[in-house]
Amino acid sequence: MRPRLTDFGAKDTRSGFGAGLVESAERDARIVALSADLMSSVKMDAFAKRFPERFFQCGVAEANMIGVAAGLATTGLIPFVGTFANFATGRVYDQIRQSVCYSGKNVKIAASHAGLTLGEDGATHQMLEDIGLMRGLPGMTVLSPCDYNQTRLATLAAARIEGPVYLRFGRPAVPNFTPPDDPSFQIGKVQVVLDGYDGVIFATGHMVWHAIQASYALEEQGLVIAVVNVHTLKPVDVEGIREWLERTPIVVTAEEHQVHNGLGDIVSHVSTQFCPRFVERIAVQDTFGESGKPDELLEKYGLTARHIMAAVDRALRRR
Amino acid sequence: MDIAELEKIAAQVRRDAMRMIYMAQSGHPGGALGAADIFVALYFAHLRHRPQPFSPTGIGEDVFVLSNGHICAAWYAVLARSGYFPIEELATFRRIHSRLQGHPATKEGLPGVRVATGSLGQGLSAAIGIALGKKLLKDSHLVYAMIGDGETNEGQIWEAALFAAHHQVDNLIVITDRNYKQIDGDTRDVLNTDPLEEKWRAFGWDVLALRQAHDFSAILATLNEAVHRSGQGKPIMIIAYTTMGKGVDFMENDYRWHGKPPTSAEYERAILQLPATLRDF
Repeated sequence: MRPRLTDFGAKDTRSGFGAGLVESAERDARIVALSADLMSSVKMDAFAKRFPERFFQCGVAEANMIGVAAGLATTGLIPFVGTFANFATGRVYDQIRQSVCYSGKNVKIAASHAGLTLGEDGATHQMLEDIGLMRGLPGMTVLSPCDYNQTRLATLAAARIEGPVYLRFGRPAVPNFTPPDDPSFQIGKVQVVLDGYDGVIFATGHMVWHAIQASYALEEQGLVIAVVNVHTLKPVDVEGIREWLERTPIVVTAEEHQVHNGLGDIVSHVSTQFCPRFVERIAVQDTFGESGKPDELLEKYGLTARHIMAAVDRALRRR
Repeated sequence: MDIAELEKIAAQVRRDAMRMIYMAQSGHPGGALGAADIFVALYFAHLRHRPQPFSPTGIGEDVFVLSNGHICAAWYAVLARSGYFPIEELATFRRIHSRLQGHPATKEGLPGVRVATGSLGQGLSAAIGIALGKKLLKDSHLVYAMIGDGETNEGQIWEAALFAAHHQVDNLIVITDRNYKQIDGDTRDVLNTDPLEEKWRAFGWDVLALRQAHDFSAILATLNEAVHRSGQGKPIMIIAYTTMGKGVDFMENDYRWHGKPPTSAEYERAILQLPATLRDF
């Protein structure tokens, strides 16, 4: 039996961002922050209170917020913009493309409430295409940490990266299971959360915990399946993914994102280049979400440990 | 620098822009000719700037952002002639491997450009960010931006207008290139923006009208008045009533010259009206 990962208690990843932002700003006076009338929801209120002169309330005007951030970055400051993932990407794609990425600006885009688990607000706010949008942009780093502690670390790391970063996190309280200052968290490297040899589940964001639960349940059936956390979706850790593909033909991906353009495509891309494998994808199947409680939505749209186990079973039968 | 000298430089800049666009067989002559005088006034007689070595942050100097990036042929000519890069490089405009991209870009490292523009409505927000950055970093220099009047169709312009007034970005001077023309026709036919001065005033800006936008005395006096009004809690807008295509009779006030190069016959007619006053590139 492999050791059990401890859930230190449910916490929201957005609060990990809020904590990391204040910590980064204490260390680096160049850090400034902008919000589009979602300061509290995105947990930027502690920053705003602590550093009022370095905080810019932009109102419900996201396009201008991205541009102002690009201007602040031009002067050498390090702006974090925060809003919901939908308004942080799709609504301002062209502003991010031209004013941030093409202009090479050191802007950090902090996107909260990503995915279905935003819940009751429904499909208008449930962003499921953002990873695809952001990883398509030259020069962008895309981070999708798995829990509170890791989101805090990812925020600290984003502040240190020279260049644009997209940082994706969520709304609900979820198990916090990685150590507070996890030395195994390294930007650009996949993270082995659970070792295994009968197969591998690549997961990102909230889905890492569900993958862990699936792996434990499969262990009781005699299968030892690894869980690999792909918290950095760009730049892709090609070598890290390739090693796992070479180790086992049983490959599953799990993400709270559309089936297209996200983690499934990333793993498949590495697979077609270096090590052909069938890749079973757990993701939203090219449809919009709806209102509901996070757990109900994950169940209805096929994003639970049970669904991951079924995907492993499908992979085994295709071998 | 005296007015005659500025006029001489502006005449050459118009000629440069026309030659660049003709040689590339691509570009936007109308707006470039219309804004040339303002660019020359800014870079040769107004901005406190340092062409060499070029500072991408612009800290310690005035900064200019061209939000309506498509009229960059004249801006590039002014940047080259004021010392940012060799004038010979103007011959590479819109060609492969050039630093002089079709719309201003930072990727190739062209000195003078600090943010990419072209997709309209974005440069004003960036200029506001630079102005806020200067305030935080205790740099008392000013930020200037130009926007097109057609560009004010973009919603982001009005987001920026609200934001700059709310945050009292009073170290910012914006010039609207008010030529009443955009790609598909007269601004009053495409999407009416009148009354433009009143709109900016209503958004909380300090608004100045530059009626004689091709008269250097008037341009410089208005820019100086804008500087005088800076630091008083309001962003400043200069509505500059320019003539699109200024200097080439058959291009003046004709929206069809927004974004097409002249044929060789048209070029011959145009260039006769734009004699060399300085050394050609």
